[in-house]
Amino acid sequence: MSLPPDPGTRAVGDPLSAAGIASAVQAGKVSALEVIEATLARIAANNPVLNSFTDVTAVRARATARAIDGQIAERKNVGPLAGVPFAVKNLFDVRGLPTRAGSKINRELPPPSRDAALIERMEAAGAVLVGALNMGEYAYDFTGENVHDGPSRNPHDLTRMTGGSSGGSGAAVGGGLVPLALGSDTNGSIRVPSSFCGVFGLKPTYGRLSRARSFPFVFSLDHLGPFARTVPDLALAYDAMQGPDPDDGACANRALEPVVPLLEQDPGALRIAVAGGYFQQNVFPEATEAVARVAKALGTTRIVEIPEAARARAAAYVITTSEGASLHLERLRQRPNDFDPAVRDRLLAGAMIPAPLVDRAQKFRRWYRAQVLELFKAVDVIIAPATPCVAPKLGRTTFVLDDVELPVRAHIGIHTQPISFIGLPVVAVPVPLEPMPIGVQVIAAPWREDIVLRVAYALERTGVVSAALPRGL
Amino acid sequence: MGVNSLDDYIDAVGKALALPIDESWKPAVKANLEVSLRLAHLVDEFPLPDETEPASVFAA
Repeated sequence: MSLPPDPGTRAVGDPLSAAGIASAVQAGKVSALEVIEATLARIAANNPVLNSFTDVTAVRARATARAIDGQIAERKNVGPLAGVPFAVKNLFDVRGLPTRAGSKINRELPPPSRDAALIERMEAAGAVLVGALNMGEYAYDFTGENVHDGPSRNPHDLTRMTGGSSGGSGAAVGGGLVPLALGSDTNGSIRVPSSFCGVFGLKPTYGRLSRARSFPFVFSLDHLGPFARTVPDLALAYDAMQGPDPDDGACANRALEPVVPLLEQDPGALRIAVAGGYFQQNVFPEATEAVARVAKALGTTRIVEIPEAARARAAAYVITTSEGASLHLERLRQRPNDFDPAVRDRLLAGAMIPAPLVDRAQKFRRWYRAQVLELFKAVDVIIAPATPCVAPKLGRTTFVLDDVELPVRAHIGIHTQPISFIGLPVVAVPVPLEPMPIGVQVIAAPWREDIVLRVAYALERTGVVSAALPRGL
Repeated sequence: MGVNSLDDYIDAVGKALALPIDESWKPAVKANLEVSLRLAHLVDEFPLPDETEPASVFAA
């Protein structure tokens, strides 16, 4: 679905189509500066209610846009994202801007002198950074709430969560402020806000995209990736960011594997199954309905069992809390009162996990990876819920499922954690249910982003999945 | 680990790691630790061959 054109940029058509903007800018139908001015105006109009941006880099964005317009006047190729505005979760380094990572403590650090690797790559492809986005403190969050900056708000219902921890990224794209945003996903932090805010999100294979010059959370599990309103836009951003990077020790030394040229390929020959067992438990009816719609559109009734998924989620939880505590140990000693108390208390507990139990979790990870890779010999794609429910109300701490009261924070990520635990590529696709959207995970074997994006695009073309217009604005 | 011994454990590890833990934070720290340990034991009880390598340096 598209938004009506902005005054002054009617040549673009949908102002939230990255592909449309790039095409219009490249053709000289609209200037990059006009696109950026319209974007800044949308941010100024809607961010006061969404609270998705913590920083707007207007001066820089105008300068970048003018440079692009100058290059176009000289008939230079400015790249596939020419003039496309984008924003980043505020754990990405932005030169001149403190990398707050959702915290009070880190905003006191000196601003970095160099951008994060993925920002450099996006801008090398012609995109224009317009700001930094709200997030849960230190990315240890599934809600999008933040005690220091206030919660980001769901664009479809301002009283509901965006999901976290990349909540500002979900709200900014879902609310139509920018066509593209970047976020991070350690246990679900791209897929959860994609689900709650009704947009597409790509968590690539672990090691695919460089994390250089972004603030970490859990080195073993951290991924970075894009949010968009369409699959072609998601693929455009993904292709622009691929490539090895010696500045990230986990970034794989793989050649570029562009997906944009492959998107149109018919996914009909792929073997597709729905995740059973664990992934069909602890879900509300809307999650079941969303998975059923996607499975029907893909013509599959096959069920596969991902072995020991509950234990995989447990191991991810243990590694997360332990590595997170290690990262923040000195800050916990020196500045405990400057943390969000909920984050602090989780990290303090994480510091107390005996080392052998963490080692066991890492060993289990190796075992579980082998089991799931074996599964991918028989299937190409696995479908699973992205979240067990639509976005809960802000501030809600529990929900009742099957007559059992469960903590909201801990349960939002139960279906994403067993997948990111072994670094599988996933596109979260939005099913536009009423009154709130909800996402479904399209999962493939490592390094097969081409498959998940092709399947997501096929689903988008059927109309079963789409980024709904923001209903709360 | 029993309820009281977990209180003692939090005090002991807090001292060993020089972590300042206010009395008012302890119930939440304890609740989080109980969840973490329950999940850690779920992993621990799964038998793995001695030769299993940890995945701490991980390639998907």
